Amino acid sequence: MRDHVRTHRAATALAMAAAVQLAAIASPAFAQQDTIPTMNDPRANLRAGTGNTAGIAAKGMRLVSYTAKPAQLDSARGLAYINSDIAFRNNTVYQGNFSGFSIWNVANPARPVELSTVVCATDQADPSVYGNLLFISAESPRSRTDCGMQGVQDGKDRMRGVRIYDVSNPRTPRLIKNVQTCRGSHTHTIVPHPTDRNVIYIYVGGSSNVRDAAEVPELACSTGTVAENPNTADYRVDIIRVPLRNPEQAAVSGYARIFQGLPRPAGRGGVALNDTATGRGATGPSGCHDLTSYPAFHLVAGSCGSFGILLDVRNPERPVVTDAKSDLNFSLWHTAVFSNDAKRVVFTDEWGGGTAPRCRATDPFRLGGNTVLTIAGGKMTQHGYFKLPAAQTNTENCVSHNGGLVPVPGRDIMVQGWYQGGVNVFDFTDPTRPMEIAYFDRGPVDAQTLVMGGSWGAYYWNGYVYSSELSRGLDILELLPSEQLSRNELEAAKLARMEEYNPQMQPRITWPAAFPVVRSYLDQLVRNRGLSPARTTAIASALTRAERVRGTARRTQLNVLAAQLDRDARGAADAQRVTAMAAAVRDLARASR
Amino acid sequence: MVVACAVAGTACASRPVAAPQAVPAPADPAAHHHMPDLPATAGPGFTVADVRFMQHMIGHHAQAVRMAAMAPANGASDDVVRLARKIDISQRDEIVMMKSWLAERRQAVPDEAHSQHAMMMPGMLTDEQFARLGAARGRAFDRLFLTLMTRHHEGALQMVQELFRSPGAGQEPDIFRFATDVDADQRDELVVMERLLHAIPD
Repeated sequence: MRDHVRTHRAATALAMAAAVQLAAIASPAFAQQDTIPTMNDPRANLRAGTGNTAGIAAKGMRLVSYTAKPAQLDSARGLAYINSDIAFRNNTVYQGNFSGFSIWNVANPARPVELSTVVCATDQADPSVYGNLLFISAESPRSRTDCGMQGVQDGKDRMRGVRIYDVSNPRTPRLIKNVQTCRGSHTHTIVPHPTDRNVIYIYVGGSSNVRDAAEVPELACSTGTVAENPNTADYRVDIIRVPLRNPEQAAVSGYARIFQGLPRPAGRGGVALNDTATGRGATGPSGCHDLTSYPAFHLVAGSCGSFGILLDVRNPERPVVTDAKSDLNFSLWHTAVFSNDAKRVVFTDEWGGGTAPRCRATDPFRLGGNTVLTIAGGKMTQHGYFKLPAAQTNTENCVSHNGGLVPVPGRDIMVQGWYQGGVNVFDFTDPTRPMEIAYFDRGPVDAQTLVMGGSWGAYYWNGYVYSSELSRGLDILELLPSEQLSRNELEAAKLARMEEYNPQMQPRITWPAAFPVVRSYLDQLVRNRGLSPARTTAIASALTRAERVRGTARRTQLNVLAAQLDRDARGAADAQRVTAMAAAVRDLARASR
Repeated sequence: MVVACAVAGTACASRPVAAPQAVPAPADPAAHHHMPDLPATAGPGFTVADVRFMQHMIGHHAQAVRMAAMAPANGASDDVVRLARKIDISQRDEIVMMKSWLAERRQAVPDEAHSQHAMMMPGMLTDEQFARLGAARGRAFDRLFLTLMTRHHEGALQMVQELFRSPGAGQEPDIFRFATDVDADQRDELVVMERLLHAIPD
């Protein structure tokens, strides 16, 4: 056998475990065009290193703490032990890993404390937390019902679906149910029942292969197009119903075929091009990578193959498609983030699946980034694109990935992980011109070979940015004041306290009546010249005076100011913002005792 | 063509490259069935089928890259050039990844230019089809490119499906992720190609 290998090697120029890594290079056949990522950026040429040893470039953010992986999950073997997404509840962070998950106490962000680590093969292990329940997505064929790491020899031992843990004691998480599904769960989304507080639904993301029917006979898993097989497990989103008082009774309660009747090329009616070798046919998306819910507005944004789909989920068991958009630039609609008022949505494109370097100077700017759409009356209109502006090397897996809102009143700001492109913060208040305002990036894990690493997802949570690092661990960052993000805006963001936050379930942000909230609007009006400098200066003085007094005096002064602002709004370049500030001033007046 | 170079940042990307290779002379089709497959062995967490999938997909991808390279020179429309460029970047990267995967596991790494094995894979073009594509121009090229690339992509989906049907295969996280990504990416490109094909005026 060995001899045979050697002869063969001689014959066909085999490279065996070459010390030198091969690198893909841009084809000379294609002229360079529309690329934005530039090498002329502090992030472009950073020193490589594992852990926290790589070079760092940061603007408008600083690293508060870096915490390495727990020993049980600290292996660099391919994807088997990479960290995935994170979910939040009060002082607790739940961090997924392809081989389990960890629970951290972050009461002191400078020193996260590991409460527990569970080892359990479960790629991707994307987590959501709801009260005392932790939901973990399991998709890979190696995942076992008993959490073993030995792989699956008998399909009866396979677990593809959503695991449910009781985490009422975070030091001893307890697996209470493996909810099996036909295609497993790549990601998942919580959609609460609109009226029954004892029920939540889990929308299952992912479009992996349908399992063998014999593995879970009661699911009757089968394949094919909908036309061939009305019960096919392809081309649908599975829905799990969880009775919260009896979570062990959670089960698949139905599914939604949201891919029927999507916009198709005229005249083809969704019929496959020709005879389909696959038996499934090219009939559009067969599942969604992510479904992002915004329960306050009964909306879900589905990132489904070549479509971004908007769903009305007033009845979570029967989601209704209100619009679907596709874009030749987008390979894989991947995830979404709504603006707080649900009038905008950012969709991302995970070109290359996250394991490829797609932020090189040679990678087109409209591929592998974000696009911003506005929403009105259930319909979406696409506007601008945004991509990490700093070129990354070809040993850095990099593409647009997960994130969420930074709660600054009056602005739409998102923080996002770009794998080894690091973390960045951008403003999409103007959907036609998204703009970067802060970033944090390390050099590659390795300078010679592509070793998976970087930020899976970055989220703003009660004053800090938390980033789950695939290979390195957990980063906690803090935003710093800059020209594009004032101290008042950061103070106001810190006032937006949240109890629970999941990557695919957006909480509605509310701000208390507070001076930093009012001053955020004022700073924005100064920045965008939405009101004359004479007025903004006068308003700043009025606020300072009002803050010095208490009770009735403060209330009176603020009501006078609010009335002035109403008048200011009439002639202002940014009347809407002046009106929003007036409302915030009235809130503050009401709260003055 | 994938060029070996010690990666130092993206310096590699700016190095001049050999032109895409010419289409090889037609081989005797009967010979394909006598070509021995590359050696493949199972290892910790992966099966022979996993190794074969990677070895075969390298040749399959290499052909897509060769097809894509024709688009700019053959008068393809902007949209087709854009799609071809995306396929070119994606599948070059993936070839590098697959070669690394095989090399790290001490498996035989095929030379992607050597595509006789590839001829046996679903959706692959014959030399005759390749020559026809090379000779086509403008709209005729667009139509043929999209038709052949559609079949080629459907072949890749079939390879993924066969992988997952094989007992014990597809369990290693890296190969599971890669095969699932190939399925997702190429399925989406099929939708795009259907749309582009339909948009070509008669």
